[in-house]
Amino acid sequence: MSDLLQTPLYALHVELGAKMVPFAGYEMPVQYALGVMKEHQHTRTKAGLFDVSHMGQVRIDGPTYETIALGLEKLIPVDISGLGENRQRYGFFTNDQSGIMDDLMLANRQDHVFVVVNAACKTADIAHMKAHLEPELTVTPITDRGLLALQGPRAEAVLAALDPKAANMRFMDVATLMLNGAECWVSRSGYTGEDGYEISVPAEQATDLAKTLLAHDDVEPIGLGARDSLRLEAGLCLYGHDINTTTTPVEAGLTWAIQKVRRLGGDRAAGFPGASRILEQLDHGAPRKRVGLKPEGRAPMREGVELFTSETATDTIGKITSGGFGPTVEHPVAMGMIQADHTTLGTTIYGELRGKRLPLTVIKLPFTPANFKR
Amino acid sequence: MKFTEEHEWLDVEGDIVTVGITEHAATQLGDIVFVELPEEGTTVTKDEEIVVIESVKAASDIMAPIDGEIVEINDALTTNAALVNEDPLSAGWFFKIKASDLSQMDTYMDAAAYQKLIS
Repeated sequence: MSDLLQTPLYALHVELGAKMVPFAGYEMPVQYALGVMKEHQHTRTKAGLFDVSHMGQVRIDGPTYETIALGLEKLIPVDISGLGENRQRYGFFTNDQSGIMDDLMLANRQDHVFVVVNAACKTADIAHMKAHLEPELTVTPITDRGLLALQGPRAEAVLAALDPKAANMRFMDVATLMLNGAECWVSRSGYTGEDGYEISVPAEQATDLAKTLLAHDDVEPIGLGARDSLRLEAGLCLYGHDINTTTTPVEAGLTWAIQKVRRLGGDRAAGFPGASRILEQLDHGAPRKRVGLKPEGRAPMREGVELFTSETATDTIGKITSGGFGPTVEHPVAMGMIQADHTTLGTTIYGELRGKRLPLTVIKLPFTPANFKR
Repeated sequence: MKFTEEHEWLDVEGDIVTVGITEHAATQLGDIVFVELPEEGTTVTKDEEIVVIESVKAASDIMAPIDGEIVEINDALTTNAALVNEDPLSAGWFFKIKASDLSQMDTYMDAAAYQKLIS
């Protein structure tokens, strides 16, 4: 494992008895002593602390917020210019083939934009921005900070005990908070479907902050295993699985992230890579779509399982892109990319598992209701 | 009781061998949510994959440790796969196999040797 990178919390993970695995070039905790099932449930009922320091943190600076925003809008089909001060938004880089290069969070921090991207894509994302943004904009990878996520219904009370301002933030607000003596860039967001925060903390203070949060009775450390089952139940896309360079935002069901101003008829319509096909699909629909799928039996159906219209049909209509067991809903859960004419809610389709065709129902996402503080 | 390198335990009574997975294996797999068992009456060959175990994390297989016929399966696992985590050495057993050739058991480890393997 010598080639793997470590996050600032590595020693703490080991001390806490985490099972460490390679993930996106880092040695990361997949689970702790509680195990995936209990870690998942703890996050849904109390609060879980996640180390997401492997993700890329990047700041974009320029003469004014507006120039930075308009620059980024050439790469990202989202209304960045209209994003309020100290507000965050979900978005993605698109490529010339209208596919998704990576999905991301971006925040208006007044004199700069703060971007958080996926670990596996961060090198490519930074190169992409440096290559395509105007020279007056500077792209700075932030490598001296860790990133923690505190997620769950008790997250607000836990964080507000360190800085009461945490309680005043709404979903997708960002703020600078002093937590345990550390200057932290905090957003009220996450990727579990629960209320919570993502906390960018100076690397040398990350372990102390994590220990302080973990000292609270309601907080347990949570590994990547439960992070995956939480985001899957929440119906959220995992880059490289549910979405990739060949899936368009419309196919992925991410049209809500493309505001009106960037669509046909909007003041800043198009002007991003692959715009023509994406905007055409927005108006006329895509040939395939991401859907929620509930396997009707007890057997989980995982990524790669081929999907069919019947037990005997020979032609596949798509594949499962993420699947597993949902500890909160207590049944298997999956998402798949399938031909658009089979996506009506309630449709029964079949997945081929170990040579057998087993039924799944197309259902509305998410599997568990989102619990955000709007 | 004998043990395989695949972390199965084998309990022999006459020519009937009861098969399950060890506590070590159950812990490594994590929370088990689904077990697919072979049908009773199936004839199996040594090293054939005959059980699928799904944990929250991943799927893994259990192989037939010997040649024989599946004479009984643990139906309780169909509705409560977590029994494998709760009681791997007893209530969490998988299947009973009627051995065609009991000498195939000779290659497997005793408890002391298995302990050494996992320590």
